[in-house]
Formats: sequence, structure tokens, C-alpha cells
Amino acid sequence: MARVTLKNLRHSYMPDPQGPDDFALKGLDVTWRDGGAYALLGPSGCGKSTLLNIISGLLTPSEGAILFDDEDVTQMTPDERHISQVFQFPVVYDTMTVRNNLAFPLKNRGVAPDRIKARVDEIAEMLEVTEMLDVRASNLSPDNKQKISMGRGLVRDDVNVIMFDEPLTVIDPHLKWKLRSKLKELHQRIKLTMIYVTHDQTEALTFADEVVVMQDGEVVQIGTPVELFERPQHTFVGHFIGSPGMNVLPCDAQGSHAIFEGHKVALEGAVTGHGGEVRLGIRPEHVRIGETGLPAQVIKISDVGRHFVVEVQIGESRLKVIVEGTAPTQGETVNVSFIPEKTRVYRNGWIATEVPK
Amino acid sequence: MLELRDVTKRVGAITHIKPTSMTLQTGHFNVLLGATGSGKTSLIKLMAGLDPLASGRVILNGEDVTQVRTQGRNISLVHQFFVNYPHMNVFDNIASPLRVAGMSENDVQKRVEETADLLQLRPMLMRRPSELSGGQQQRCALARALAKDSRAVFLDEPLANLDYKLREELREQLPELLAGRGAVVVYATSEPEEALLLGGWTALMEDGHVTQFGPTSEIYHSPESLAAARVFSDPPINTATGIKTGSRISLESGMGWQVANATAELPDGRYTIAVRAYDLSPKRKSDLDVQLTGRVIVTELSGSDSSAHFQMGDNSWVSLASGVHTYRIGQEHMFFMNPSHCLYFGDDGQRVA
Amino acid sequence: MKTVNNRGWFFVIPVVILVAFNALIPMMTVVNYSVQETFGNNVFFWQGLDWFEQILRSDRFQAALGRQFLFTAIILAIEVPLGIAVALCMPRKGFWVPVCLVLMALPMLIPWNVVGSMWNIFALPKIGMLGYFMNDVLGVNYDMTQNRLAAWITIVVMDVWHWTSLVVLLCYAGLVSIPDAYYQAAKIDGASNWAVFRYIQLPKMKTVLTIAILLRFMDSFNIYTEPFVLTGGGPGNSTTLLSIDLVKIALGQFDLGPAAAMSLIYFAITLLVSWIFYTVMTKDDPS
Repeated sequence: MARVTLKNLRHSYMPDPQGPDDFALKGLDVTWRDGGAYALLGPSGCGKSTLLNIISGLLTPSEGAILFDDEDVTQMTPDERHISQVFQFPVVYDTMTVRNNLAFPLKNRGVAPDRIKARVDEIAEMLEVTEMLDVRASNLSPDNKQKISMGRGLVRDDVNVIMFDEPLTVIDPHLKWKLRSKLKELHQRIKLTMIYVTHDQTEALTFADEVVVMQDGEVVQIGTPVELFERPQHTFVGHFIGSPGMNVLPCDAQGSHAIFEGHKVALEGAVTGHGGEVRLGIRPEHVRIGETGLPAQVIKISDVGRHFVVEVQIGESRLKVIVEGTAPTQGETVNVSFIPEKTRVYRNGWIATEVPK
Repeated sequence: MLELRDVTKRVGAITHIKPTSMTLQTGHFNVLLGATGSGKTSLIKLMAGLDPLASGRVILNGEDVTQVRTQGRNISLVHQFFVNYPHMNVFDNIASPLRVAGMSENDVQKRVEETADLLQLRPMLMRRPSELSGGQQQRCALARALAKDSRAVFLDEPLANLDYKLREELREQLPELLAGRGAVVVYATSEPEEALLLGGWTALMEDGHVTQFGPTSEIYHSPESLAAARVFSDPPINTATGIKTGSRISLESGMGWQVANATAELPDGRYTIAVRAYDLSPKRKSDLDVQLTGRVIVTELSGSDSSAHFQMGDNSWVSLASGVHTYRIGQEHMFFMNPSHCLYFGDDGQRVA
Repeated sequence: MKTVNNRGWFFVIPVVILVAFNALIPMMTVVNYSVQETFGNNVFFWQGLDWFEQILRSDRFQAALGRQFLFTAIILAIEVPLGIAVALCMPRKGFWVPVCLVLMALPMLIPWNVVGSMWNIFALPKIGMLGYFMNDVLGVNYDMTQNRLAAWITIVVMDVWHWTSLVVLLCYAGLVSIPDAYYQAAKIDGASNWAVFRYIQLPKMKTVLTIAILLRFMDSFNIYTEPFVLTGGGPGNSTTLLSIDLVKIALGQFDLGPAAAMSLIYFAITLLVSWIFYTVMTKDDPS
């Protein structure tokens, strides 16, 4: 178990990088405490896999250092770093039985046979694969193969950090839920440092204590799931987290108000800075349909089971509203209001309202 | 309109699709929802004519196409994996089915550009598929399927391999893109959320047959069987055994509630009670709510929602509520539900109330 | 309206005709010869299974068969491990990949009789480079026209030179298809190089290796041109493999009956060994 520190990490796949565009990873300073559950979240090509490979030692960064506790491991091999990793697609040793697959990382390190047996049985029970321990791994379904893959990552209890690279990609939705809570449960029990890489916000937010949101090789925001949801620092975070994402609407700023489609909208605090591209950011969860507010026309209603997602038009802008209970009817004119404490202005993408006192 | 009459599929002695009859309408999405291996792809292949039927008939817009080869049916299919011609650029990829259909080069040009605009592919028309990202490649495959005026469009988990956010966007755009084309649209997915967002009609599939078919939100809110409720719930639906005596339902854990109306008229006995995670809240929402107590095992906080997995007697249940709620692991917590959200199933798994 | 019909059978007909002409009809001719005796003029006498019995009991056939098995066993024992080893050493990406592939493919592009002549000249004492080097530089008595061991070594080395590439290329194709994640997982699991080979590379190469061994078995068991050109079956009968012997009987002595019987036995053995091998190799495959 270890604290993980990334110091001024940069990486380029080119031999002679020139501008920032040549870097897949553009400078990163993060400290992850021992025993935490972290997630790297971002779209394809944001550099999260590069970062993962650098931490696991499959890739040496162009610049910067990785520290496990106070030890610099930048130049060490994956084996020397004492880490484990679960890959996106199942990696199983086809010719071995499930038992031998799970035991493999322990055998390679000369762990005593009775200890191996105990660990394998424990992990197998946790992943509910006990009855298939003596089956050859090649005969398993993709779901089960991925479980075994995961089991091999979890079987060592002496690792510094366990990394997960989109481990639930091949898993059916029902099992996804189950495995995700298994992982969470495991983390709550054994408190190993875990790093989870994904493009799926639900997976990242439910798994991690702290999420690093990345875009184009840069960190946009680091925060707890609640911070990321409640007060996104950038419109990208607002859009990327939440389903549907934050409404980002063109507006003008004026004192501690925004002018949106000709209406004055109260904000959480005073607007900072000048110029640039100004946008109003409000989550669908924080828009209310009621007696008062801006007149809006209902364009589309989707019943997503637990609530309705209602799309309304105000002037030139379209926004989404989450409605619980009864939904308005299509074509109807309604009044919408924004919860002021959750309404913010973004300038050139970045948050531009002061935190209310 | 695409009509299936008692279609079946067998390979050797194994039945892949049990006798299935259904009528799929144009004008809205027809979603096939089921877990991997439930027969979604097999059924699509039967509809598209890619696999031979063991029995039954397929009728497309009133014409019996059972014996017509796939090439002759004028349909489109988009697969989970991005299938494009690697040696052609995006323009030629989209144009290929139009040229095969003998469209004039002027019309081809016009149609390709229209479709490319819809799918935001205009800037990359001259690029090869290998130079595109996964999302762009799949959009190219979609464009190829949408460009021609097919009588039916089959989409077999087309978004499964894409990024979460991109999936969200395309999910929203697809119904708009396909609206008003007069084609039968069939969309297979394993995600309940996707079926809900796409709307239209949904067919629940399990073990090679369709268990229920109807308007999506109707199916979601009133599943006919426990199996159907399971398929159409994410997170998995909570279940427990309850005993009805008079107007009272009691769970094995000792908790219980009064029932009214139709539920009260059921004969006394054992029932399986199911309730979705969204209908369990840590806060009392109305006076009708009943209180359940369970020991919290795992908690997840996703920013907008909080979920708690709790143990109640022998049952492990999940509650998913909007907003931030804090739970202490290992502690007893109270959860509330409105009994009207409960679904009751008999011994045979059929819904009774 | 086009309908689904049995048109598929039309596509099979050319193959059926082709197989009939180049396999079934000649085969029936051979079967015909093998049960009859002829003294020319198209006059045949029914002989039953006599030829088969005679061939199977003859010392000459048994000796040739023994040599044939020995030859095949030796070259498989050398070419398969060597092929795997070379494939493992080849680069998986970068500039050297095409260079290595072309170098590997070169020996296979040379016609059989040319290979035979090349090695003949190469290995002849005094004239050939190898012969000269062995005899006059190293002082070893190496003469494949006189010495049985030298003749055997030469044909084995020639075959290894000619055909190891096939095993290399097939194994290489198997190796490059292994996703990087497997190697990364092995690194993280702390697997030794041997474990990587044993549990990742070998299982993933199994299918292509089965094909490689089958091809090499069949080719080497039926080998004719190269040893015939190189040693002509000598010295004595020491390198007279089954096929060389068969040609001697059929064309040298014009004993068509026994030759036909022998070729059928030869064919049966090749088929049987291939079948046993294939069954064993694919035994525990679920698919």
C-alpha cells in the first residue's frame, strides 16, 4: 500500500516534441493518499490510458517522476513496482484452470502453497467463481473471463496500487452493477490504493472518493463526485458529468446577474473577469418548472423510468429539465426557474462566479 | 411495417429463437432489450434474412420476403463493431450503397452531403476510416445505413463500443435522424436505460423468445412477469418473498404494510414482491410510505445520486436516491417506499398486481 | 423477385469435377493396377491382394519406410523448435520486420530441383565450398557420395535450410496476433520469460503450429526431388526414401502392380499419421 505522487509528469509519443500539441500528457501534479479509491475520467484520447501505463510502469514518461510513498519508481519495471492491473479486455491464461490463473501472480513470487490456496479461495468466493475453479479458463464466457482477470488483479495483498483500465467494458449491465459494488465493497474492506480509468461517468463517480477529469492530456478538475457534480469548474466537467449533462447556454453577465434570452437570472455570486465567451451553466436537476419564471415551450418529453427528461425552448436556447412526478405535455407553455445557488456563469469555459459567502 | 409470423431458428438440435410473432411499426423505434445471449442478434439476423428461418414467415410492408435474399430486401444494418470499407474514404463509404442502387452521381453527391451533415461528418468526408476515431467510424457506418432509403434499418447495439458521452449524444440524435423516413427501425440493446431514452416500443427478450412487447414506458412500469421486470431494471430490481394475510403483506424480515384495491383482493398466500431501487428512498416522501430497515453494506455516491446496498433479512436490496445522503456502513438505516410502487408476482413468475 | 434456392450447388460443381479429375480418377487407376498383373499389350490378370502382401512383407519396403520415418522425425525435431525459436527472436514491429520476412521467405521460393542441385554442388568434396571446407580446412572426412552419415547429414541440413522458414513464418503470424495486454499482464503478474512462452505464446501459437507440423510432416514424408537430385538415394540404398524407392520400382523396373500397391500403402500411412496427429492436437479444444 502506498501514497502515489505524480510530479510534473509529461509524456510525448514523439521522439522530439515541439509544442504542447505533441504531448499526450501535458503536465500533471497529483498526490493520491494511501488507501484511497480514485478514478481517471475522460473521453477517448484524453491521455488517461497513457497516464495509467506510466503509473504501472509499462511506459516511461518523457518528463517528471512517479513516487510511491517517498520512493521514486519512475525507472522501475512493473514487476518491481508491486502493482497489479486489470485490463479492458479479459486476459486469461487459456491453458490453465481458473484456480491456476488466480494463483499465477502469487506462484511467480514464491508465496507458500497454503497461503496461495487461502487467497485464491477467498477471491473466488468474493467473485462468485468458486464452482468453476477447476474449469479451464478457455471454456469460460467473456463475463467470467473478465471476472478471472479481475481476480488475478486482486489476489495479491502486498501491492502498492491496483489499477483498473475500463474493466467493465465487456460486462452485461446487470453484472456491471454487481461487480462495481463488489469492487467498492472490497475497497471499503481492504483499503488498498485503487485507480480506476474509465470514460463512463457513472462508473467513475460511484467507485471513486476522488475523480480526476481529463481532457486533451490535461487535468480539468480534481474533486469528489459531489464537488464535480455540484460545482463544476469547467463547462467540460459540467457536460461530461451528469446524465444528461449541464445545460450550457449563451448569455451576458452583469454584476451578480446573467442576462439570458432577455431575462435577468440570479447567480450564486458576483461575476468575475471580463470579456471572452460567456455561458450560463445550470444542471437539469436544478431547473424547476412551476408557477413563476421564464416562459418556455415544451419540445420533447422522455420517460426514463425514475423521472422525466423534459426539453424546453426559451427564445433561441434549448435546455433540459428533470421533472419528478408528473410531466407537462408536449407543446405546452410552462414557466421555468433556476435555483440561484446552483446557477453559474462560465467565461471561456472556466467558472466565473464567486463562491457565495 | 415488419411482421414476424411464428418465426423460429434452429442450429442442429439447438433452438436459438423460439416461435415468435410480432408486428413492428414504422414511425418509432422498436427496441429489442435483453441480456447478452438472449437472442437479440439472432432475431435481427432472421428479420434481415441473413440466417435461414427454421419455420415461419417474414412480411415486410405487406410483401412476404421470407424467400427473398438479404440483397433483395432493401434494408440497412449497423453492427456493434464499426464496419466500413477500409480502402475507401468516408464519402465513398457512404456513397457505396447508393451507387449500388444505381443512383445518379449528382444525386449521390447530394444525398451523401445531407447525411454527412446530419451526422457531423462533413469535415472528414475525404479521410479513410482508419484515420477516424471510434465514434467517427461508427457515425460513418451509421451514415452508410441511413443514406439509402431502406425499408428497414436494423441497429445491433450500434453504440456499445463508444464512449459514454458520445453514446448519450447519438442516442438522442438517432430517433430524430430516423424519424419520418418511413422505415421500420429495429434497435437491439442490453441496457435498460438506453431503451428508455430511445422511447418507442420495446420487446423484452429472454432465452430466445420475446416475453413482452409494447410501448416502452408501459412495459417499464407494468412488466407482466418477474423475468420481464428483471430484464428492464438497472440497477437490478429488488425482490423479496411476502406473505399476504387479509389486507396485510408481511415480509420474512417481519416488516409489512397494508394493501388496498386490486392487491387486497388477491387470495392469501406467498408472493414475490419486487420494487425498483429508485422507489426506495432514505427520506419519507409521503404519508403512505412504509418504512423498511436494513443494514448498509456498500454505499456509492455518484454526485447526483446516492445508492446504498443493504441487507434486510436474507435479501440484499439496493436503494438509489437523488441527492447526497450519508450512510454508515454496517449500521441499520431506514428506507421508505410507497407500496403502490411494488409489483407482485405469483409462484409461476407472472404478475398478479 | 429473386428467391433463395439451391443455386449454391452450382458453385460446388467445378470443385467436384476438378477433384474427380485430379484425384479420384488417377486414384482409381492406381487401385486398378494394384490388384492386377500386366505383361503389356493391355492384358491384365487378376491378382487380388497379393501385391499388398508382398510389399508389406518385403525387407526392401520396410527398410525404406524406416528410413522415411527416421528422416521425418529428425527434420521435425529440428525444424519445429528451431522455427519457434527464430520466430520468437524476430522483431514484432519497426523497420526490420519486412527485411526479416523477405529473408525468411527466400529459401522457400527456390524450386526443389534447384535446391537439390545447389546443395549437391555445394557439398561435393573438392568442388563445393562446403566439401572443400570440411575436408581440406577442417580435415574431416566428409563425402556424401561415399559416406552414409555424411549423406544423411547433408539431406537433413538441406531440408532444414529449405523449410524451417515455413515454421518460422506461421509461428510469427501466431505471435504477432497476441494482444499487447497479455504481455503487460504477464509483466505485472511477475511471470518469467519461460512462463510467458509456456502460458501465453505457446497456447496462442497452437493452431498455427498444428498446421505447420502437419504441412511439414506431409511434405517431408513425401519428399522426392531434393534427395533424388542430391544423392540419388545413395550411397548404396542409405538415403533411398520411400518415394525414391517407389519411383525405382514403378519406372526403373516397370513393376506397375507392386508400385501401385506400394503407393496406396504409402498414401494410407500418410493419411493415418496425419489424422492421428490432428486428432491428438485438437483433442482438448472446446471448439
